[in-house]
Amino acid sequence: MLRKMLIAVAVVAGTAQPLFAAEHASDPKADFKAFRDYFTNRFPKVALDDFVNGPYSMDEGLRKQWKAIDEFPPYEFAVEKGKDMFATPFKNGKTYGECFANKGVGIRQTYPQFDTKSGQVITLDVALNQCREANGEKPFDYSKDDMAALTAYMAFTSRGKAMDIKIPGDPRALAAYTKGKEYFYTRRGQLNFSCASCHVQNPGNHIRTEVLAPALGIMNAMPIYRSAWGGMGTTSRRLRSCNSQVRAAPLPAESEEYRDVEYYLSYMANGLPISGPGARP
Amino acid sequence: MASTIRVRAIASGETTQVQSLISHPMDSGFVKDSKGQIIPPHHIEVVEFEHAGKVVFTCLWGPAVSKDPYVKFSFKGGKKGDDLKVSWVDNKGQSDSQVAKIQ
Amino acid sequence: MNEVSDAPDQMRRTILKSAVGFAALGLAAGGSLTSAHAAADAKAWPESAFKQKNEADALKALYGKAGEASDKVNLDAPEIAENGAVVPIAIATTLPNVTGISILVLENPYTLAAAYKIPEGTEPSVASRLKMAKTSKVVAVVESGGKLYTATKEVKVTVGGCGG
Repeated sequence: MLRKMLIAVAVVAGTAQPLFAAEHASDPKADFKAFRDYFTNRFPKVALDDFVNGPYSMDEGLRKQWKAIDEFPPYEFAVEKGKDMFATPFKNGKTYGECFANKGVGIRQTYPQFDTKSGQVITLDVALNQCREANGEKPFDYSKDDMAALTAYMAFTSRGKAMDIKIPGDPRALAAYTKGKEYFYTRRGQLNFSCASCHVQNPGNHIRTEVLAPALGIMNAMPIYRSAWGGMGTTSRRLRSCNSQVRAAPLPAESEEYRDVEYYLSYMANGLPISGPGARP
Repeated sequence: MASTIRVRAIASGETTQVQSLISHPMDSGFVKDSKGQIIPPHHIEVVEFEHAGKVVFTCLWGPAVSKDPYVKFSFKGGKKGDDLKVSWVDNKGQSDSQVAKIQ
Repeated sequence: MNEVSDAPDQMRRTILKSAVGFAALGLAAGGSLTSAHAAADAKAWPESAFKQKNEADALKALYGKAGEASDKVNLDAPEIAENGAVVPIAIATTLPNVTGISILVLENPYTLAAAYKIPEGTEPSVASRLKMAKTSKVVAVVESGGKLYTATKEVKVTVGGCGG
């Protein structure tokens, strides 16, 4: 089964249209169009906004179960907890809201951002921990619990808003975007899969028992409550487990590579609605 | 302490539809932790929904009900503004209850 | 053994449990000793029924009778569960005088997953989310007019719902 899938991937890889404009120069706008066209051409029956629903945009049986669960989703507890956490001042009296534009409400869709001061891509999770440390608090673990609750709340306040990622004129920003794109298309691990092997070449198909999500809009539902985890997980948690699943050593949460690939994927999803926090199998 | 119980009760004509989500591990007693030790069973046993002094629904749950359990049912007679009381007790004798307003 | 006749044992269990419960919780959110006692009563839990390992024994323990298949029981369950840990199930029926609904998962370690008491005035339908250890027949049971009626559906589980 796996062998058949690998052969299929190799065949598709040989004949697939390149999803970026030229081999070495990065042209995000051209990449964006190629990426968008690839998915909309391959899945003409999927409404553009529906891609953010991952495997549910690809499979009717799964979609029905998701709708049943989304009637009263288990991530509601995390959103409530996140709301309380967000409103609670730090020991020094300041609040999370003071670290963000618009008091931190309805701004999740602008992350990740390129920070020209540090020359790094800053994800929402990193920005939250930076806020905590700037106010004398200890940073949260990036994988779950507190960080997942906070980001769940912030995602919830941005529900429906269009992803809005900017690549400023700074050459370092373009370099980060390019590195993220390269990470996405690079094979790794004992299974020798790239992110693209599953999420570009095989969305809607099965890998063992799971239906693969399309890469288009794949960040829009973060953070997610996964039935498999019985709880919430952040983007970091999912990226690390994706690495493990292809038998690649996972990188530390919010490593430069992870932040850059999140930057790339989020830019590719510009215009698509934030659907987070999400429920997934 | 925040309640473990979330309720949505909506009256429409004669019927009130109730959905409830409860925060609870619902450990089955069949799963091992990372050290290989069985996590002992810890699950809700009884959930009761009360309206106007009458029990309108009772759940008898075993360990096979999912974590953060959910239930949906409907009953006749509730109207907007009425109280609906939800309470649960688990196999360790822990409990919680909450009164929600029917919308 | 029918649950009703287990009353004395249940009572003893409840008193022991409540004592432990109070000790563990101190005074619950209600504040005073009387309001700390939850309305939901552990005494109602049919322990024996939840320990049975097949359909016939579970129904006998829970209701004291056997069920017969009926097309008037509607069981809504997925063909392939997205994850065995959270399988959405819905049951409805057109049968009259319904007093109870329950759900069995035949391949689970204990067959009875959940049972619901339906008093008069409550609609004979329920939706819930269950754990399934593996591919299994799911049986919806409706107690109507003192008799039991069932509907069965196989749900395929590719990822076990019990942590596997």
